[in-house]
Amino acid sequence: MAGDADEGLRGILIEQVDRLLSDAAGPAVLRAAERGEWPEALWAEAEALGLPLALAPEAMGGAGLGWEDAVAVWQVLGRHGAPLPLAHGMAAAALLGLADIEPPAGFIALALPNEPVAWGRRAGHVAAVDGAGQVALHDGAGVEWRRSEGAISREPADRAASFGAPLRTGRLPGAEAARNAGALLHAALIAGALEAALDMAVDYANTRKQFGRPIGAFQAVQQQLAVCASEAAAAAVAAAAAGRAADRRGLDDAGFEIGSAKVVAGEAAGTGAAIAHQVFAAIGFTDDHPLHLFTRRMWSWRDACGAERVWARRIGEAALARGGDALWPDLTARNEGRGNA
Amino acid sequence: MPGLRFDLRDTPPEAPALRAELRAFLAEAGRDWSPRVRAYSWMGFDREFSREVGKRGWIGMTWPAAYGGGERTAMERYVVLEEMLAAGAPVGAHWIGDRQSGPLILRLGTEEQRREFIPRIVAGELAFAIGLSEPDSGSDLASLRTKAERVPGGWRINGRKVWTTNAHRCDFMIALLRTSSSPDPKQKHQGLSQFLVDCRASGISIRPILDLAGEEGFNEITFDDVFVPDSLLVGKEGAGWEQATAELAFERAGPERYLSSLPLLTAALDDLRDEPAAPEAVGRLLARAGTLRQMSLAVAGMLQEGITPAREAALVKDAGNDFEQALPERLRDLLDPIRTPPAVQEMLADMTMVARSYSLRGGTREILRGIIARQLGLR
Repeated sequence: MAGDADEGLRGILIEQVDRLLSDAAGPAVLRAAERGEWPEALWAEAEALGLPLALAPEAMGGAGLGWEDAVAVWQVLGRHGAPLPLAHGMAAAALLGLADIEPPAGFIALALPNEPVAWGRRAGHVAAVDGAGQVALHDGAGVEWRRSEGAISREPADRAASFGAPLRTGRLPGAEAARNAGALLHAALIAGALEAALDMAVDYANTRKQFGRPIGAFQAVQQQLAVCASEAAAAAVAAAAAGRAADRRGLDDAGFEIGSAKVVAGEAAGTGAAIAHQVFAAIGFTDDHPLHLFTRRMWSWRDACGAERVWARRIGEAALARGGDALWPDLTARNEGRGNA
Repeated sequence: MPGLRFDLRDTPPEAPALRAELRAFLAEAGRDWSPRVRAYSWMGFDREFSREVGKRGWIGMTWPAAYGGGERTAMERYVVLEEMLAAGAPVGAHWIGDRQSGPLILRLGTEEQRREFIPRIVAGELAFAIGLSEPDSGSDLASLRTKAERVPGGWRINGRKVWTTNAHRCDFMIALLRTSSSPDPKQKHQGLSQFLVDCRASGISIRPILDLAGEEGFNEITFDDVFVPDSLLVGKEGAGWEQATAELAFERAGPERYLSSLPLLTAALDDLRDEPAAPEAVGRLLARAGTLRQMSLAVAGMLQEGITPAREAALVKDAGNDFEQALPERLRDLLDPIRTPPAVQEMLADMTMVARSYSLRGGTREILRGIIARQLGLR
């Protein structure tokens, strides 16, 4: 079971990541990343803070942080539009650790079945997971990449035509662990990005004037932004709860909470992005305006590692199989240490 | 998000044992509850049941033992509440007293009031109503006009309250009344005071109002020279607005703001096995239910620490109301009317009607979203 940092340590970590991204990220870096420019300086800073390996066990050179800590970091990352593939690298290192493979330094790309690999072309190493929970660590130089185009987010991604021979192989504690990690990280990124879009929309509503007053003074606008805030809060709580469940029961057994987080964050992304665009109206529809740097990412992230319908169906199938009498007892047992998936 | 906090909270270590006790009790007590009883749950009224709940120590669980309270934690109380709601138990006869009238009396009441009222609430013997809305004062509550005038030894009340749930069955109401009128409408929040009013006092007439489902749920109360002694003023004269709005945090913070229609999902689930669209729809509902539960627990945790999470409570109530209103509609999409058992059909029909009240009572959707918007910094 992964450990989790105490509240104080988590707070310090979040502050460090937030400061780093506030200083060195921003729309220009996001746009550059979309053109395929690797954020070298940011990555170097992240490495200096020990972030890429933070989820790996201390014995393997990591900091032994837990999934709830990771969610907190990823949410901050999402708030800045995730200009670097730090969430993927952290998850890859964690999964390698779980499979008893010491994660190497540098950027480790995460290759999940049928998913495009974020920044595969820049990976020093690749952690490739199959559908059965088998993990292989590859040297990035030996992987033959094909560009994966067409994502709404325009984040650089690749697909491996061939991986070559692995450096090491190992086995995850369950077949679902890797997919769950992927869903968790995207739910957390969405929670952060939606918070950013909300903040931008509130600022704009307070400054843009029509009919002689800020548009945020109109109840119609207030009511919509309240819904956006509510969705952002739900996404954040769902992601945090999923991280905590993964810490307590292991990634493989946190499918309900992680799936719930992906469903709620995915729905929140759709609703929240629509409201933010409505508030910004035409200016938010332009390439110049940074809003789409966040909303396009949310639209991609909600599809990554299983869209809402995929996870909802899994949750629903499990509940239907268990039956009506078990519905409430199962829901309450999950965080009382007697859970079943 | 500026200022809104939802820290994850665990249910207490006592929870599994407490749940087992409650589930056994509720299975037995609920054997004959009709679909309508379950659909009304915390809006329903069953004195006998409330007395049984009181006997088991599940009312006033967090209150001082000196007044009969259980001195248990707010999170243990939360477990009891959610088990009651998940079972669709008819808890209305003690719900208001346990949720807000009791806490108000303990916080601001006189020693005499505490001794007089608290032990009887704990026993499930004293049912409370909330006397806030008036014919011309709904969302704009501070515009209320029912007044209490000073007379020797107490106060004389004249005016009307309306939409007061179960007042015709209750013993007391906490009424928010105007004790001094200000000529300036901008000062309408001042000069209000809270009183404990005996629902059977002379001069009170209570007229039940049928709701859209045909139940006598709420009422119109007319006060015609009703005398209330000084000893039944609650808290400070003139501080009624601040007191009542603090009470609203309790009123809005509980799990009844997202769980009201859950018994329908439990009852209908097994009839959805052959419906191809069911897994996705049920999964979406459960994802929301689990998340709302975490948010609701976060608010309960803040209450336990003595923080008044008024804005967080408003947000959870609004999101919870959306969920509990959507649930019957989603199930209606899925249930085949021909093959659905009558009991499930009935509950669906009742929930479809009753659900409209969720986003009206305890603060409308529009008022709650206005509170959230102000928290966001919109003016």
